[in-house]
Amino acid sequence: MTQPLTLFDKIWAQHEILKADNGLSLLWVDRHYVHEGSFQGFDKVDARGERVARPDLTFGIADHYVPTARNRVFNDPSLKHMVDQLVVNTGKHGVMLMGLDDPRQGIVHVVGPEQGLTIPGLIIVCGDSHTATHGALGSIAIGIGASEVSHVLLTQTFWQKKPKRLRVTVDGQCGPGIGAKDIALSIIAKIGTNGAQGHAVEYAGAAIRALTMEGRLTLCNLAIESGARTGMVAPDETTFAYVKGRPFAPKGDDFDRAVEVWRALPSEADAAFDAEVSLDASAIAPVVTWGTSPEDTLPIDAAVPDPAQVADPARAQQMQGALDYMGLKPSQKLTDIRVDRVFIGSCTNARIEDLRAAAAVLAGRKAKVPGLVSAGSTQVKHQAEQEGLDKIFTAAGLTWGESGCSMCIGINGDVVAPGERCASTTNRNFRGRQGPGARTHLMSPAMVAAAAVTGHLADVRPMLSGRA
Amino acid sequence: MQPFRQLNGVAVALRRDNVDTDQVIPARFLKISRAEGLGDKLFHDLRFDGNGKVRPDFPLNDPARQGASILIGRKNFGVGSSREAAVYALVDHGIRCVVATSFGDIFAGNAVNNGLVAAIVSEEDIEKLLSAVEQTGRAEADLEAQTIKAGNYVVPFTIDPARKTRLLNGWDELDLTARHKDRIAAFAAQDRTARPWAVPRA
Repeated sequence: MTQPLTLFDKIWAQHEILKADNGLSLLWVDRHYVHEGSFQGFDKVDARGERVARPDLTFGIADHYVPTARNRVFNDPSLKHMVDQLVVNTGKHGVMLMGLDDPRQGIVHVVGPEQGLTIPGLIIVCGDSHTATHGALGSIAIGIGASEVSHVLLTQTFWQKKPKRLRVTVDGQCGPGIGAKDIALSIIAKIGTNGAQGHAVEYAGAAIRALTMEGRLTLCNLAIESGARTGMVAPDETTFAYVKGRPFAPKGDDFDRAVEVWRALPSEADAAFDAEVSLDASAIAPVVTWGTSPEDTLPIDAAVPDPAQVADPARAQQMQGALDYMGLKPSQKLTDIRVDRVFIGSCTNARIEDLRAAAAVLAGRKAKVPGLVSAGSTQVKHQAEQEGLDKIFTAAGLTWGESGCSMCIGINGDVVAPGERCASTTNRNFRGRQGPGARTHLMSPAMVAAAAVTGHLADVRPMLSGRA
Repeated sequence: MQPFRQLNGVAVALRRDNVDTDQVIPARFLKISRAEGLGDKLFHDLRFDGNGKVRPDFPLNDPARQGASILIGRKNFGVGSSREAAVYALVDHGIRCVVATSFGDIFAGNAVNNGLVAAIVSEEDIEKLLSAVEQTGRAEADLEAQTIKAGNYVVPFTIDPARKTRLLNGWDELDLTARHKDRIAAFAAQDRTARPWAVPRA
């Protein structure tokens, strides 16, 4: 009798070219996304005087360094150089580029699924740690370093040690105003930023099944923040309906054949996982981070933790360091923390549903602080404009920008000033992540909107009453 | 790639958990090419304050720890972004071995691709090493024997056997893959027939 397999095992087996004596597997790569930061990988290819093996499976997208100013003007020639360099590298090797002026441009982890390049049953890699996002469609999606980027460019393969399997089951139903970001941060708070190290995570359970594809993308995006190699959700009718008809998705008979294969992918009922974690969705509150690691997450009605109450002296010292950096005092109520600005954007939370959720709170209200809204892709931006969301944001006093990674990582010039505090829909609250000295609080788009309106961290739920 | 066998050198203790790659090298330096070198950007915002002034209390700034080749961290070192520049910055600064109780997965993979040893020791042993290195300022790493020595302590470390072999021999992954060229071509041909839908067509 064959052993019942998990979703991860099945896709892995279909892509394993060989397993070497040292235990490493050589895996086939179906999609390789490259961006401006992939230049180190291209440099290595050029240094060997070789060519990209499969330009037809490689896709370039400009996102990390692109300006979000309305006219796309670069305020620094070194940033323009980064985008130009991508044009040169992709052009030289015959790789398709969705560049600065392309209507399909956007953040790689938004564009891949949106264009139907990311579909179920694939292995997808990108030189970016948030690549796990694509696992939302039921693929193995892994973030890689520059040496691996050059390896994939040259061979369309990469070496991996098979990770263990961890299933995170979220049963029950989320309350109103609570979504994928709250689920994801609550998982990280529970297991820690290294809780899933060495594991491929499969998210399962009723609350996950109930998520839209966009919610699943947010969830899998944050898999890396729990240390996971990848995060994935089994493909189902939600997935197939999302994929169908997208520009690069299989069409006609090809699509039907693919769906047949995809239907066989979900983990078998008795498949064994190396580890299991479970959460009750009904117990999840709107959450925010208070510290400098995504695991520093608490429900909005809680207070800043007190290092004096922590037994481990090293942990207490670390916590005090985080509080000093963040400019917070022990036992201060989270809702008393005033913010200086807000950011709605990034591969985590800048899809159309995210913008709608923020707009639902901001409609007819004014923001007390400045802020930037940067759609996850140019296509999302246009859709939001068709729905009139841009008008809601600008009427509230926020800036409506172009699409890119923007203030999530701050390398395009969109930075949070030293000492400033930002309520942000992004994925990392590391020291200096949004700019040197920047203080970041992570939360959902609806919660960022609530912070904008009140000028401090706030529970969005009362603000939703009587609204969609 | 330079093989790694033994190393006896200046060591520095960084008594922090979750040292993320944004701390190892801030994102604004990711434009720098490898040819230019990234060593002086290592831990930039921890070594220097907002005005570019040296922070004397940061261990790497200790005059007695200059030229360090071994770094003792704590839990979850190299967590976060996939930037290989974090490893470039360490290696270009002269660090050849980082010791911690756990590492970010992508960081550990990037390390081996650049001849950097990411050695995992127990929670008990890391505290011993941190204290010893804070006093002596030196350590010895032996990859073959999988040990780290500092002061009076000799502690064992773990590392994936495949990574150990590559580091000991200085093997480049691409050279290993080249041996399997035919297998890759055969897989690609068979896969094309088995999964025609997997190749994107606009």
